[in-house]
Formats: sequence, structure tokens, C-alpha cells
Amino acid sequence: MLDSSLRSNRLPAAPGVGYKPQHYDQILDHAHPVGWLEIHAENYMGDGGRPLAQLRHLSEKFPISVHGVGLSIGGEGPLDPDHLARLKHLVGWLNPASFSEHLAWSTHDSHFLNDLLPLPYTDETLERICAHIDQVQETVGRQMLLENPSSYLAFEESTWSEPDFLREIARRTGCGLLLDVNNVFVSATNLDFSPQSYIDAYPLDNVHEIHLGGHDEDEDDHGRRLLIDSHGREVVEPVWTLLDYVLDRSGPKPVLIEWDTDVPDWSVLRAEADRAQAALDRIPA
Amino acid sequence: MSVSQTTFRAALLDPSAAVPDGLWDAAERPAGRRFSVYRNNVAVSLTEAMHQAFPVIARLLGTQNMDGLAGLFLRKHPPSSPLMMYYGEEFPEFLAGMEQLSHLGYLADVACLELALRQSYHSADSQAAPHDALAVPPEEIVLAKLEFAPSMKFLRSDWPLYSIWRFNSEEGAPKPAPGSEDVLITRPEFDPAPHLLPKGGADWIAHVQAGLTIGEAFEQTSTVFPEFDLGATLALLLQGGAITSVTIERLAT
Repeated sequence: MLDSSLRSNRLPAAPGVGYKPQHYDQILDHAHPVGWLEIHAENYMGDGGRPLAQLRHLSEKFPISVHGVGLSIGGEGPLDPDHLARLKHLVGWLNPASFSEHLAWSTHDSHFLNDLLPLPYTDETLERICAHIDQVQETVGRQMLLENPSSYLAFEESTWSEPDFLREIARRTGCGLLLDVNNVFVSATNLDFSPQSYIDAYPLDNVHEIHLGGHDEDEDDHGRRLLIDSHGREVVEPVWTLLDYVLDRSGPKPVLIEWDTDVPDWSVLRAEADRAQAALDRIPA
Repeated sequence: MSVSQTTFRAALLDPSAAVPDGLWDAAERPAGRRFSVYRNNVAVSLTEAMHQAFPVIARLLGTQNMDGLAGLFLRKHPPSSPLMMYYGEEFPEFLAGMEQLSHLGYLADVACLELALRQSYHSADSQAAPHDALAVPPEEIVLAKLEFAPSMKFLRSDWPLYSIWRFNSEEGAPKPAPGSEDVLITRPEFDPAPHLLPKGGADWIAHVQAGLTIGEAFEQTSTVFPEFDLGATLALLLQGGAITSVTIERLAT
């Protein structure tokens, strides 16, 4: 369980964007830039060069959120101590406003699969994930946020609902939560549940950051809609509506626009961030 | 039915394998195509990473062939760490072992060069030695020992490696002529660039790196490459900011 003095989340309740190096100049030149930036931790684990120089410079002007995609917290095996040490180093020198990771696995037997893979929600996986999060928070020396995944299938062996599972992890470890509203919408469509009831069951008090992103559409073997979390286009209308539903219940939160593939011009990303600002503005003070 | 990550991973990397039991949709029917989303994510993201990492190999082979090779490579050598910036270290050896590609013997060296460029890009920053650090009498230059920037890399090749790289990276670059070429990579600020080294240049740098003085390394190199051009090699290193320290142990007078 995390010492409460280490709960140091400092992201503003404003829109942020996932940082892409091609937007570096525009972000710095823009008269009204976004409230904060998020980086993928693994892209800044080299020894030097342009990525770290840019990050150092940006961190002087913007609150930074470090978002890991490679720790494999849901892995069956132990966490990779080398990777944990790299995270500790990055978070140590950057002192970011927030640090988050995923409820997923990506490494098995020292093979990294470069995707966020799903896991069953059972008492056994709960124990293991809590032990991993304890280890991460102890090593890195601060609170981490855990993000809900996009699901394309379910595990026969699962005995917990996802909101209950996340609530229990947060209760046991003292970690915070990162609520990805697009992921809720994608999973709800793919696994046939109501996204609003998911939000109703979700521990919104533990949420310190919200993610929004675009998804693609496909079909399963039975002709059912299958949404795929691609981060390659605009956020769709029903996801903006679901964001309003969340914010009405949670109050203002930091809201991130994620766009990782087919990265658009800065103006397109900026327009998405403006829309997130509008969603925040409509919450009664 | 419980699905272990060993089972999940094996089915991910083998498109012909059955989807593991115990994975289903909301109506409790077998997951089928839903599992393929993960298969695709892994294969597509790693294939894309290979294209980004080895653009010249992709140009030499064509996009389709590169996709096919990447598909074989990623199954044989999935990344061993989440640092995708270093993915593909086994690619040169993998290319060298492909019998169908044995007529393109230079591919492995080109892949080594592309790997070295990426390593240089992510290397630690360093401060170049002052421009006049070697502006000393010739009898003192030969006594100097040098340290190089971590971003400095060099390669030896039996192929015209630099010319092949240039021909496939720069518009209007001349066609490669047969012959062997050593390549130097320097990174003056953030952008690594390859340069053609004089004959013997790679040997000389290796000797200096091993701790020999400029003069000792020159003697060793000249026995193999009598035409070795020390001045041109030093100029490339200095212009690229690749020399970080010069230590001259002067003779006692």
C-alpha cells in the first residue's frame, strides 16, 4: 500500500495531447498551447540525442505525464527489473506531473510483443497485479495510475467485473486510475454491455486522468460490430457524449487526446483538444 | 478453462494455430476473429517498426518483400525488450542467413549501417573537443590519445557500403562502383550522418579506441594500408564533433 504522501498527481484539469515530435515547433510557437503533454515512457529511454533534449525543453514549459506501454503489469512472470530501473531513472530526472501504465501484459519469457494484451479478472490475477503495482510504486517512489484496456474478447475464467477489479486494485495498492473513455466505449460495444452502467460502477473518485482517442470499425465472425482501438482518427460523437456523462459525475479532470497512428497536422489535434476544453467548460462550477 | 500467457503468445505468433479455448464473445461463442485483432496488432506494429528501422533495406527489397521478411523475422526474433528504438539487432545476421537473398550479399552490411545510425541517434550527448585541440606541432600530434563521442560509430565492409547507402537515400547520388568501403557515422548535434572513410580508416579508429596514440595507430594501420590518409580521417572526425578529448603525454625534456 502506497504511502499517501507519495500521491503527487499534478496534472491540471485541462486538455492535454499525446506528444509527437513532428509537432515540436508548433507546440512551442503556439500562443495558446495545450495544458499539458503526455509521452510514452519507452521512447525516452535512450541515452541521449534529440528525444531527450526535446523532452527536457518541453518539461520546462508544460506539465508532463509519463505513460508507460511496456511494463507488462499483467504479466504472469516477474516484472523486468531492468525496465523498472529505466522507469525509475526517467521519472526520477523528469519529475513528471503524472505516471501511468496499463492493465495489460506485453512481455512473456522476455519476449516483448508490442501490444497491450488482455488478461482474465480472477482472484489470482488480482493478487499478482497488486503485487506488481506495489513493486512499481515502491521502486519508482510515487503513485502510478492504472488504465482500463480496450477489450475484443472475454475470458471464460473471469470472475470479476472490470470496474470492480480496478476498484479493488486501487483500494489494495493505493494506485490511482486513468479512465480511457474510448476504451470503455470500444469494450462495451465489443462485449455487449452498457458503457453508462460501466461508468456508474467505476470508482470515479480514484480517477486522476481521462484518455480519449479514435477507433476503427470491423466485424466479428457473426457480423457483429467489432471496434478496434487504433488512436488513428478523431474521437467519435458517442465517445464525446460518454465523456460528458463521466465529467458530470466526476467533476473536472485532465483530459488527454491520444493520436498515435496516421498522426495529423497540429491544427487537427488542437481542434480535438479544444473540444475537450468545451466539454470541461460545460461542467457547472 | 484457463488460458496461460504461454498459450496466448504461441497462438499470437503463429497465424495457423487454433485460437485458444476459453476466450469468447459476449454470447459465450469462441472468440475466432476477435483473437485476430491481437495477432494483427502484433504483426502490423512490428512490421511497421522494421520498415522505420531499415528504410534502405526496404527500398532495396521493395515494400512487399520487406513485409514478408519482417513477418518471418518478427516470429523468429520478437523484441527482447520494450525499447523498440533498438529492435532489429539480429536482422543483419538473419539477412545473411537467407539463402534466397544470397545474391544480394551486401544486405547484411546495409542493415548494420542502419542499426548503427539508430544507435548513434539515441547515444549519450557529449561535448566535442575544441577545434584547436589538435593544433599542435606534428611531433606532438603523434603522441596524442583520443576519446570519441558515444555517437561515433564505424563499420568495415567488403562492399561499397557507403555508396550503396547514398544511392538509396539521396536523389541523384552516383551509382555504386565495385569495391570495399569503410563508413564513419558522426552526430554533430542530433542527426547522425554516414561518411566514407579513407582506406584503413576503420582500423585506425579501432586502434585509437583501444588506447594507442595517433602515431602508434598510424604505424599499425600503414603496414596493412600503406595509402592510409590520416589527415582526411582526422578531419572527418573533427568536423563531426566526434573527438571529445585529446590527451598529449609530452616527452620529458
